[in-house]
Amino acid sequence: MSHADLLDPAPVFQLKGSMLAITVLELAHNDLARLDHQLSEKVAQAPNFFQNTPLVLALDKLQPGAQRLDLHALLAVCRSHGLRTLAIRANLAEHIAAAQALDLPVLPPSSARERPIGPGATAAPVPAKKPEKPAEPVIRPTRVVTTPVRGGQQIYAPGGDLLVLAPVSAGAELLADGNIHVYAPMRGRALAGIKGNGQARIFCRVLAAELLSIAGRYKVAEDLRRDPNWGEAVHIHLAGDVLNITRL
Amino acid sequence: MAKILVITSGKGGVGKTTTSAAIGTGLALRGHKTVVVDFDVGLRNLDLIMGCERRVVYDFVNVIQGDASLSQALIKDKRLENLYVLAASQTRDKDALSTEGVGRVMDELRESFEYIICDSPAGIEKGAHLAMYFADEAIVVTNPEVSSVRDSDRMLGLLASKSRRSENGEEPIKEHLLLTRYSPDRVTKGEMLGVEDVEEILAIRLLGVIPESQSVLKASNQGIPVILDEQSDAGQAYSDAVERLLGKETPHRFLDVQKKGFLQRLFGGRE
Ligand SMILES: Nc1ncnc2c1ncn2[C@@H]1O[C@H](COP(=O)(O)OP(=O)(O)OP(=O)(O)O)[C@@H](O)[C@H]1O
Ligand SMILES: [Mg+2]
Repeated sequence: MSHADLLDPAPVFQLKGSMLAITVLELAHNDLARLDHQLSEKVAQAPNFFQNTPLVLALDKLQPGAQRLDLHALLAVCRSHGLRTLAIRANLAEHIAAAQALDLPVLPPSSARERPIGPGATAAPVPAKKPEKPAEPVIRPTRVVTTPVRGGQQIYAPGGDLLVLAPVSAGAELLADGNIHVYAPMRGRALAGIKGNGQARIFCRVLAAELLSIAGRYKVAEDLRRDPNWGEAVHIHLAGDVLNITRL
Repeated sequence: MAKILVITSGKGGVGKTTTSAAIGTGLALRGHKTVVVDFDVGLRNLDLIMGCERRVVYDFVNVIQGDASLSQALIKDKRLENLYVLAASQTRDKDALSTEGVGRVMDELRESFEYIICDSPAGIEKGAHLAMYFADEAIVVTNPEVSSVRDSDRMLGLLASKSRRSENGEEPIKEHLLLTRYSPDRVTKGEMLGVEDVEEILAIRLLGVIPESQSVLKASNQGIPVILDEQSDAGQAYSDAVERLLGKETPHRFLDVQKKGFLQRLFGGRE
């Protein structure tokens, strides 16, 4: 190549930004034998997925363990299952040094939210989203109270609904992370969605409450008494920032 | 089986001691061996209302502290064979009572009495707590006014959650509402809550309604429980309440404003 050719101004390249979907293997445990075994299972399920799949190997979620991570061996395990490591993501100096020794680029720990994917029907390099299995619903049993709740008593239903089948006296307090139902006169305080669940609702057979609150928005007796539904069977929900009281 | 019955209220001065004396006497009158125990340590009112204040030698605290035996401390009523009083100490305070000590005395009383009536002090502190802690049944004495109803409500909450029965997961204390110092006249004028209002708020069985009556003060000045004044409205109302406590259904009386008759209007009637 002549010197003149070198000075030819015609660009030989172009820099382009691109967002590419890439598979991240987030390693939880420094256990290469188990990784090997579990990857084999995945490969058996979706052989197409594991064909020269580009990969970012994330070490920043690794449980701290006594044993030192053998990065070279880890890359070998991945490669043996058709995963080609492009870079590692790490935050420990030890991991970063190991990657640099192998001339592997290092990405900073991710703050972006990644969604778990798995082998899908589509082939690499852009793996399709795994058909999402609905998350196991966490159902907390509703707390049911059948005796009157008296002044000075406080009842809390953590993580769920509170259902009261007897009168709630002035000076009594009901708390729930979910909804509150009172199938009797409600003369005390009811605070639903106390951990911030604005979808929570309050239901009561007779509205005579001292205070009603949903996700921290509240109305006190003075406001409630002026409501045309005072003394009625009502349902309370949050509309924007205001408690909305409607007749049942 | 012996029954421990606490007369309690939360609020002071509503008629607990008057009621303890009346109900205790009423049960003894009907043949049940009964003791009335004064838990109001430091004040000592029960013995006055029962008319035995001059015969108090040893008291409840003496028994708890082992200074006297129960038989030395029990005062036998001079009118009724079946009736005894265990007086409170006037020189001590409520700290002289302990759960363990009260429990021991209650167990011993259970052996020889059918009914043990505990006259609670006002409030929800230690003395009131100990008076109700061992109870099988409770009479919640309430006046027809908002503050008294609130305090009774609070006390009902404690009965349901802080008693020996609730702590052991046994059947809850049986609760009765006794409305005292009821004045139909003032209810009509809107100065007091009506029976239905109180019943609705407290939502427990109504044992009786005792009218506001001069006969109560008269009786307590004489040291004769008002239930023994059979002519008086309050005495009759207490008798009805005792009947209901023993399981008989009787209609409630003295709930309505008395229409004064022509002669009464002319000469002024008896209260
Ligand atoms: N039905 C009634 N009619 C009129 N006066 C009454 C009635 N019942 C109680 N009283 C009066 O009310 C006052 C308080 O009564 P009592 O001592 O029985 O109340 P208490 O609840 O035991 O009070 P404390 O809380 O101080 O122990 C007394 O003066 C009594 O005579
Ligand atoms: Mg008293």
